[in-house]
Amino acid sequence: MTTEPVLQLRNLRVYYGTSGRPVRAVDDVSLEIGESEVVGLVGESGCGKSTLGRGILGLLPEGARAAGEVNYLGRNLLSLPPKAVRRLRGPELGLVFQEPMTRLNPLLRISAHFRETLRLHEPQLTKEQARRRSLETLGRMGIPPTRFHQYPHEFSGGMRQRIMIALALVLRPKLLVADEPTTSLDVIVEGQILALLADLKRNFGTALLLITHNLGIVAEACDRMAVMYAGKIVEEGTVRGVFAEPAHPYTRELLRSTISLDTTELHSIPGAPPNLVDPPSGCRFHPRCPNAMRVCVDQVPIEQRLADGRRVQCWLHGPSQRVPAGGEAPLEQPVGVADEA
Amino acid sequence: MTGTSLKTYALTRLALVVPMVLILLTFVFLLMRVAPGNPIAAALGGHVPPSVIQRISHRLGYDKPIYTQYGDYLWGVLHGNLGRTITDRRAVSSIIVENGGATLELTVAASFVAMVVGLVVGLLAGRFRDTWIDVSGRLFGIVAYAMPVFFLGFLAQLLFGIWLGWLPTSNQASPITQAFLPVHSHILFIDAIWAHNWGALWDVVKHLILPATTLGIVIGGVFIRLVRINVIRSLKDDYVEAARARGIRERSVVYRYAFRNALVPVVTVVGLQLALLLGGAILTEETFNWPGIGSTLVSYLAERDYAGVQGIVVVFALVVVVASLLIDFVNAFIDPRIRY
Amino acid sequence: MAVASRTAPGRRFVGRRLRRLWSPIAHTQGLARVMLLSGASITLFFIVLAFFARWIAPYGFTQYAAHGVRFPQLGHPGGVHPFGTTVESDDVLSRVIWGAQTELKVVVLALVLSLAVGVPLGLFSGYFGGALDRGLVLLMDAMFAFPPLLLAIVIAFELGSTVSSGVVTAAVAITIAYVPQYFRVVRNHVISVREETYVEAARALGARPMTIIRKYVFFNVVQNVPVLATLNAADAILTLAGLGFLGYGVQPTQAAEWGYDVQRGLSDATNGIWWTGLFPGMAIVVLVTGITLLGEGLNETTNPVLRRRRFGRFDFEPVSPMFAEVEPPLQPDEGLGE
Repeated sequence: MTTEPVLQLRNLRVYYGTSGRPVRAVDDVSLEIGESEVVGLVGESGCGKSTLGRGILGLLPEGARAAGEVNYLGRNLLSLPPKAVRRLRGPELGLVFQEPMTRLNPLLRISAHFRETLRLHEPQLTKEQARRRSLETLGRMGIPPTRFHQYPHEFSGGMRQRIMIALALVLRPKLLVADEPTTSLDVIVEGQILALLADLKRNFGTALLLITHNLGIVAEACDRMAVMYAGKIVEEGTVRGVFAEPAHPYTRELLRSTISLDTTELHSIPGAPPNLVDPPSGCRFHPRCPNAMRVCVDQVPIEQRLADGRRVQCWLHGPSQRVPAGGEAPLEQPVGVADEA
Repeated sequence: MTGTSLKTYALTRLALVVPMVLILLTFVFLLMRVAPGNPIAAALGGHVPPSVIQRISHRLGYDKPIYTQYGDYLWGVLHGNLGRTITDRRAVSSIIVENGGATLELTVAASFVAMVVGLVVGLLAGRFRDTWIDVSGRLFGIVAYAMPVFFLGFLAQLLFGIWLGWLPTSNQASPITQAFLPVHSHILFIDAIWAHNWGALWDVVKHLILPATTLGIVIGGVFIRLVRINVIRSLKDDYVEAARARGIRERSVVYRYAFRNALVPVVTVVGLQLALLLGGAILTEETFNWPGIGSTLVSYLAERDYAGVQGIVVVFALVVVVASLLIDFVNAFIDPRIRY
Repeated sequence: MAVASRTAPGRRFVGRRLRRLWSPIAHTQGLARVMLLSGASITLFFIVLAFFARWIAPYGFTQYAAHGVRFPQLGHPGGVHPFGTTVESDDVLSRVIWGAQTELKVVVLALVLSLAVGVPLGLFSGYFGGALDRGLVLLMDAMFAFPPLLLAIVIAFELGSTVSSGVVTAAVAITIAYVPQYFRVVRNHVISVREETYVEAARALGARPMTIIRKYVFFNVVQNVPVLATLNAADAILTLAGLGFLGYGVQPTQAAEWGYDVQRGLSDATNGIWWTGLFPGMAIVVLVTGITLLGEGLNETTNPVLRRRRFGRFDFEPVSPMFAEVEPPLQPDEGLGE
């Protein structure tokens, strides 16, 4: 990467307070997103990816705290006062949510939504200029100008999501975070929305962090991808590279679980998603890992960098000098974990 | 998918009113005939000879079979004829016109006070949830509602009328004002403005302050709880979070998003509180000697004048129906989703 | 499980259910707990007053003399009569205490009647639907539109001539005025529970309607009733006081009633006499406030939307030193395994 990354996460942690010990939703995550790049973040439900998305924008709910660095164009957002972060939200950082049906104010027309955000962030625009920019952005999303003055309830789910994306993009942010943007939409609409998102870099020059549990979306739309498990990023690299040769057993199992027309039998990862309050010791995936070794229980894997620039956290990839004697022996797991194939 | 126009909604809603009114009228009719004994005898007192009772019963139509009475009753209401009182032979409709203005003055002023109190305190309590603002606001609301309106009136009269002597404690206006103000709308407030009689207007307002504020605070106490809960709920809504994600200032978020949306159910609730308002008006009028329909009802009850009571109760019921109709219209106007 | 148990399975079931109802209350925190406790203590205080009025009140509620000596008329508060005396030489303090008994009698009777009528009506109407439901809803909505006080006044007015007990008259009047509320709340809850998937599953498995109602619907709905009952008890007291103020319901010869006393105090006020109206009025305010606090406290604990969870404070541990040395990229073939 020659230019400075748009977003750089370093040792980011986001924990939620509970009546007992905190939930370690994001536990030491480092990630970089370059200018106009599309990066996918995949993982099961509850692995912490939504928290990560919200943490970047400083939209964490009450009781949650963050530590580490969220460097946007070099500045650490976590060290800024809340008012400063709020000012960045909109013109610099955008967030598109999962449920488009409930994300627009039912009492305000679409035109009012646009007018409000433009008047706040770009007050120098005249009413006419603002209107034209709004219509243009909506047009690129496929919403005709005749519907500009309608109310949210008059639009379908797919159209509302497009409006949300347009609302985020009308301010030309440098980074857009999309949290499961197509999960509640049907497949055809999903395809359209994805095409829009994939074109972001061409039309708007915006970098995109696409959070999803759907590997197919990642394959279609993303340049790079990160795989998240139990609050940690276990593998990160180019989409091509990861799909061709997944380095981490979890990634491998995920890929094998996806269903396509060639699927003859269902493959699932045994075991249950990990407890984020009290995660498994050592490598958090070890209870469900078909390749688990003794060292995986005792020691947290050290992140490794592979030849093609990929990062992976797995003892299978070393460093071997750190593995104690006998640590390479396979771990005896309770029945049901070992891979039947 | 364009929304239904306000007009269509209005017509549909209007059509639904008819069965409701019919049920209410029937209900009141039956209610008044539940008590045993002859209503005429009760109204006229015990020492009237039976022949006189029979004559009056016949003249007023009380000896006809019940179905005929019912039919006459409905027919009468349809034509605005609510019957005549037994004791002083006034037409109920003229009672409404003459005394209704006073009640209207009182309830409108009280509603205004209640809304201001409820909205302001409720919004602050919801916005600053769990701070001392919230706690004191809620406590105020609870105690305000716990006060019987006649007790608050008692305290108000004691404090502002007797001890401080600032405000009058009974009647709608001083006798002089009442004697010299020409009557147009039967609403003294409006009549004073009509006649450009500012002295009379001030007099009327002075008399209105204590009763209206008393009733308004009590009703406002209920509003506080409802507004607060709705503001809290709205602040948790998805579109509020989405607005924050766009960097909208918290102040705008609270007022333009949460508060406005919180108002929507509140408007409905205002309609439900109407029942409280009317009931409270009766007590307030008794407390402050206010010459409205409420105190008129109480005196007819004391005289056991069934016809008078029936007529006034019918009016109360109809007022509630009409008011809830209006509330629904306002609701549909505010929230475009409701228009079916 | 072959574990011997001392309690019969049925009793264990009830115990478990009761514990489940009680647990959110035991776990209240902060404001809700304060409201609950203060409301409960105030209410309890008045209940004790009401129960033991005969032993707590210094004099009878229409007693105007003692040992042959008449009490002072409109005597100032102090000494033997800490709350003063009325124009008829009745001791205000005693009347306040006796009044608590009146309020309690009427409210309890009204609550029992309302629950006995409103809950089953709502339950069956909600569950079975059909013409019965539609008819009841129409009727209840019409009654709901009526100002409750007005309805109570008219009914008390009508019953007063036939029913001798003012307590019963007032209780019935209040019941009729508030049954629509119970009906509506219970019915709405039943309808939403009826559509829940577990009820649907039970029906699919062939359970009889009474069984479904008894096992699933009833317990669910009953959880809402305490809150509704406390909030309605507050309304009932206010309505009773309103009736008393206007001279309906409980008659002054039958028992002491706070609303009636305030009405008498109103005319005293014009002469600057404040104690005859103040103390009965304060009693109403304090008791209703107590009951409302109790209800609000219960509401906050059982209503998940309003419940606030306590967030523990935590600190981030320093980053594990191992990761600090992650930088130097190792040779790619150093990996183990496949």
